Amino acid sequence: MGPGVIEVFLQYWPMFLNGLLGTLKYAAIAVFFGSVLGALVAMCSLSKNKIIRFICSVYVNVLRGTPLLVQMYIAYFFVPLAFESLSFLAKEQCVILSLILNSSAYVSEIFRSGINAVDKGQTEAARSLGMTSVHCMQKIILPQAIKNILPALANEYIAMIKETSLAGTFMLYELMYTRTLLANKFLTWQPLFIIAAIYLLCTMVLSKLVGMMEKRLSVSD
Amino acid sequence: MTDKREVIIEVVDLHKYFGKLEVLKGINEKIYKGEVVSIIGPSGGGKSTFLRCLNLLEEPTKGKVFFKGEELSAKDTNLDKHRQKIGMVFQQFNVFPHLTVLDNITITPILEKKVPKAEAEAQAMKLLKTVGLEDKAKEYSRKLSGGQKQRLAIVRAMAMEPEVMLFDEPTSALDPEMVKGVLEVIERLTESGMTCIIVTHEMGFAKKASDRVIYIDGGVIAEEGTPEEVFDHPKNPRTAAFLSQVL
Repeated sequence: MGPGVIEVFLQYWPMFLNGLLGTLKYAAIAVFFGSVLGALVAMCSLSKNKIIRFICSVYVNVLRGTPLLVQMYIAYFFVPLAFESLSFLAKEQCVILSLILNSSAYVSEIFRSGINAVDKGQTEAARSLGMTSVHCMQKIILPQAIKNILPALANEYIAMIKETSLAGTFMLYELMYTRTLLANKFLTWQPLFIIAAIYLLCTMVLSKLVGMMEKRLSVSD
Repeated sequence: MTDKREVIIEVVDLHKYFGKLEVLKGINEKIYKGEVVSIIGPSGGGKSTFLRCLNLLEEPTKGKVFFKGEELSAKDTNLDKHRQKIGMVFQQFNVFPHLTVLDNITITPILEKKVPKAEAEAQAMKLLKTVGLEDKAKEYSRKLSGGQKQRLAIVRAMAMEPEVMLFDEPTSALDPEMVKGVLEVIERLTESGMTCIIVTHEMGFAKKASDRVIYIDGGVIAEEGTPEEVFDHPKNPRTAAFLSQVL
């Protein structure tokens, strides 16, 4: 059986800490760039143009309807092979890119539903006053939609923290990858429980924070 | 009979479908400058849809809408510019809840007419005084009562200096004790010479305040005339049946 969980943790905690920092970093990158891209996709999916809407729905459905692990394999093995012009991307960057694209599909739905949840009368009132559609979105709809969007976006970050564990498969240094590193030292089972505990602690603390944020946002209603 | 009055809104052969349902079945109408027109009729008859077609909140399926001779329903028309001149007040008020009372009024003039902020705010305060809301200027509009919200919505539209005002059942969502205050504001507006088109269930108000009454039923104008003609001597049996139920 080897040494116990606590012993392993005390000995190798800097490794787990680095792994955790990697996890938080990759999740942040994925959600941040995923939000930028997702906002764009959301705007397009609210467009009046049927073709643009169709393309968006294909994009969202494919990325949400296939496992992230499969998307990562495709990004890791296939994309650099198939597209010469993308060969400047390191393998690591391909994996991060797949995280971003995957996140963007979920975030675009968060934006879209957040915007749709704002009463249609708000748009009608703004447009009837002669406000342009861009100003209406900027000054009337988005400031109200943000209340629905922010908590959901934070939850997406929490989900992404768990999703990034798949990136360890491709040797990105995140929390799950510490298992591979320690398995080389014949520590096969202890790291799993340490990793699980760290994930659990992170998601619980962050969920609590989101709950508090939601409460504060609803107070201003 | 030639009519020398200026036509401000004209609709020609207006049809509107929602899916397969034909809500408006060919409406022709002219609204003259300074006129106060009430639109009455049963629910689902097409009154609100007709009103919402006048500023293209609903796009007509067929037919044309003109504002001061310009076709709003044309593809290349600058709708935003024209809508600045066509105020609208909604049943559900639709004040901007995330903005203060003052900002509700000033945001569109500042954004779209490039009115300097100080000037827009001075104008807004003047308007708020006319409806007794000047001491609410700094409050968030979501804190207002229904009646206050609707009075705010009216002056918000007025701040764009419109040439015609559309009212879509402005008192239907109000508590009974709030109705009077809002109707008084609208009545003052009609007396000031503003062209007003009012979809309403307040028959007493329609009779008293309007120059002309239009009865819409089944997607067509079933009857129109002066309040006396429509209310006291309806020619169409459907008008008579409707009035006997609501009066």
